[in-house]
Amino acid sequence: MSTTETLTIAPVGTWTLDPVHSRVGFEVAYQAGTFKGEFTETAAELSVDGEHVSLEGTAKVTSVDVKDENQSAHLQSPEFFDAERYPELRFTATDIRLDGEGKVAVDGEITIKGVTKPVQMTGAVNAPMVDSFGKERIGLELESAVDRTDFGLNWNMPLPSGGQALGNDVKIVAELQFVKAEA
Amino acid sequence: MTKVLGISGSLRRDSHNTKLLRAAVEASGPDVELELYDGLKAVPPYDEDDDVEPRPEAVARLCAAITRADAVLFATPEYNSSIPGQLKNAIDWVSRPVATNPLRNKPVAVVGASTGAFGAVWAQAELRKVLASLGARVLDVEVPVSHAHTRFEDEQLADEEIREQITDALKGLAAEARARTSLEVAV
Repeated sequence: MSTTETLTIAPVGTWTLDPVHSRVGFEVAYQAGTFKGEFTETAAELSVDGEHVSLEGTAKVTSVDVKDENQSAHLQSPEFFDAERYPELRFTATDIRLDGEGKVAVDGEITIKGVTKPVQMTGAVNAPMVDSFGKERIGLELESAVDRTDFGLNWNMPLPSGGQALGNDVKIVAELQFVKAEA
Repeated sequence: MTKVLGISGSLRRDSHNTKLLRAAVEASGPDVELELYDGLKAVPPYDEDDDVEPRPEAVARLCAAITRADAVLFATPEYNSSIPGQLKNAIDWVSRPVATNPLRNKPVAVVGASTGAFGAVWAQAELRKVLASLGARVLDVEVPVSHAHTRFEDEQLADEEIREQITDALKGLAAEARARTSLEVAV
């Protein structure tokens, strides 16, 4: 007689993002290097209820953090994220698959500047552990790539040699630590 | 009622662009109050050494007028394929600091008149680019008034098609301004 173990991302329960020990950022080719930024105000919840797993997260556009306050202002302007009209970024998972070796693939929908598109994020799960204060924790490290022009973020600057200064393909990086809510 | 500030990039008394804005005042309808700004010439050349509090009176007055307005309608001539220096200079003052400047998120539209065949299209495109870069909500509108010296009779705009385009631009500004107000209510 054999048994089949259902793979699950985390033990049953509600897991809440620990924003201080998480990072939601983006990386995009710019000129001779890579422009990076992150959103410091984030929230997410992972809920595991038997076979059903849900994951949803948000980030406040006004919390975009880059190395220059004028760049931050530019990113919040209508030319980029338009923080006034679209203050929040959102990701909602529709399917989460594990391969049994710590790798995870998450299908979902991402909403940026009011445009919702399907996206797949891939990465790794850090197995549940108990921290120094007795809290159960789990880690998710996910990456994806989107074309920013699909979401109406079209700004660019022509280069003297031809071509454009800013890439369209943007890597999204989510390093998430969840803490299990008290029962 | 949407308050729109009209800024003409031409300083001369008989400016076609200023006449265009006067025509816009008449075309503005009952829901839009369009005020023409008359102090552009007094704005000093931008010098970061002078950009301290209190700012020059002409700059403070311009910033206050923009802050009071719900939207701004620019009318620009074209000098050497681009924006007139004094208009760009004034915007440079207004734009600083970028993160809190009064044009940030402000609905703006650009129209333009020239005596040539192209109606200041390059100046309009450059002005839209400048306004977007400092964070304004730039309407996707272009009103190129070519051969401007033939478009007015007795100081009045004599071209119905252009009047309709300007009216549409004002309606667009009013709609964007209302959308901002509804956002504030929602918050």
